[in-house]
Amino acid sequence: MERLDRKKIPVKGLWWKLTGIALVLYSVIAGLLIDVPELPVIHQTIRNLFYHVCMWFGMFVMYGTALVYSIKYLANYKLDDDLYASGAVYTGLFFGTLGLLTGMLWAKFTWGDFWTNDPQLNGAAVSMMAYLAYAVLRSSIDEVSMRARISAVYNIFAFMLLVIFLGVLPRLADSSLHPGKGGNSSTMEGLDMTMRMVFWPAVIGWILIAVWLLTLHVRYRKLKQNIQLNQTQL
Amino acid sequence: MREITALIHKDLMLELRQKYAINGILLYVFSTIFVVQLSFGRVIDDTTWIALFWVILLFAAFNAVSKSFVQESSARRLYYFTLASPVSVIASKMIYNALLMVFLGGLSLGIYSLFMGMPALGMSLFLPAFILGCIGLATAITMVSAIASRTGNNTALTAILGFPVVLPLLLLLIKASQLSLSRSVADIEMLKLLLSITLIDAVVAILAIVLFPYLWRD
Repeated sequence: MERLDRKKIPVKGLWWKLTGIALVLYSVIAGLLIDVPELPVIHQTIRNLFYHVCMWFGMFVMYGTALVYSIKYLANYKLDDDLYASGAVYTGLFFGTLGLLTGMLWAKFTWGDFWTNDPQLNGAAVSMMAYLAYAVLRSSIDEVSMRARISAVYNIFAFMLLVIFLGVLPRLADSSLHPGKGGNSSTMEGLDMTMRMVFWPAVIGWILIAVWLLTLHVRYRKLKQNIQLNQTQL
Repeated sequence: MREITALIHKDLMLELRQKYAINGILLYVFSTIFVVQLSFGRVIDDTTWIALFWVILLFAAFNAVSKSFVQESSARRLYYFTLASPVSVIASKMIYNALLMVFLGGLSLGIYSLFMGMPALGMSLFLPAFILGCIGLATAITMVSAIASRTGNNTALTAILGFPVVLPLLLLLIKASQLSLSRSVADIEMLKLLLSITLIDAVVAILAIVLFPYLWRD
């Protein structure tokens, strides 16, 4: 195994990390303080929108990043790309888990149950399963370049099917408890101005945090690899 | 094209020579249906009929298709590698498995309706959805078993990797079957469902053909 070159992280600088922290802090504080519209059933739980939906945005950005790096890996077989691809999947899984937990909490207090049969929830469950399967696949191959190649192939395959699944199925469904799908009224369009002023900064903040986590994860694994390499050379 | 037909012919010969594989799957289908009949009796409602049918077919598909790459030893793979292009290898496997699945599915449908009766399904929606579904299951599991076969022939991994990949298709198929129960289905609704199933089939096949060469070489 050759030593991974310690190329610098693609997105440099401190400013975007600080922006991320500032935006998330702003969304947490403002999200709890602002006046929200009084809607039936959801009432005050609508504040969870600022936290729950952002997790899915973070997850999708991470899975998208993983797809891009998997394609890059298959194009020129650089192990760094594989590190980013798998790191992005693991970070995406982290955000997906948080999204599920916040969603389940929200569901309990609005729909009365932690889990309901809903196309959106099926999509979330299937994508979690697909990426957990990716993790299982990676752990079952020992040889580094083989693992990188095969998991890249599975990543592309699974991602494309997920896109179809999430894109097509909710549209075919008769009804969904989630807004904007099926016969349900869309609160996303009815979202009032003050909520938007918190929601979109929160989304951007969490995406920045996700990218930061990804870079930390990759750096940590590179260091660990280099330590192992040094030990074997001694 | 000649390569593909030759490879399909080879798979067929292998199947006919090693009859235990196909007989095993037939026995699996038969015994599952028998167990269903024993535990439910003859009368089940239509939704349960559909759900059980697709569950039986799903596991039959995993049994039948997952061996397609696992059965080839690495020495033989190297031999094919020198003879045929990877695209024709995956294409032949997918076509062969699709044919096998349509055959097995038809047989299961026959045995299943013999034991459990048959609800009044609208055949103009159910049959095309059924055939497209068999093809889709076969192609998706073929690709997944190709991935799993590179990990030290782990058959359990085929199921783990395959389940999330075939679930979208399966949900569409169950939806199509349930829709075919009702008498008054708008044509546009039917067309939309069948088109979505075809879309999934096509995407799976195209992705498999594009990605398989990366799996094939060492």
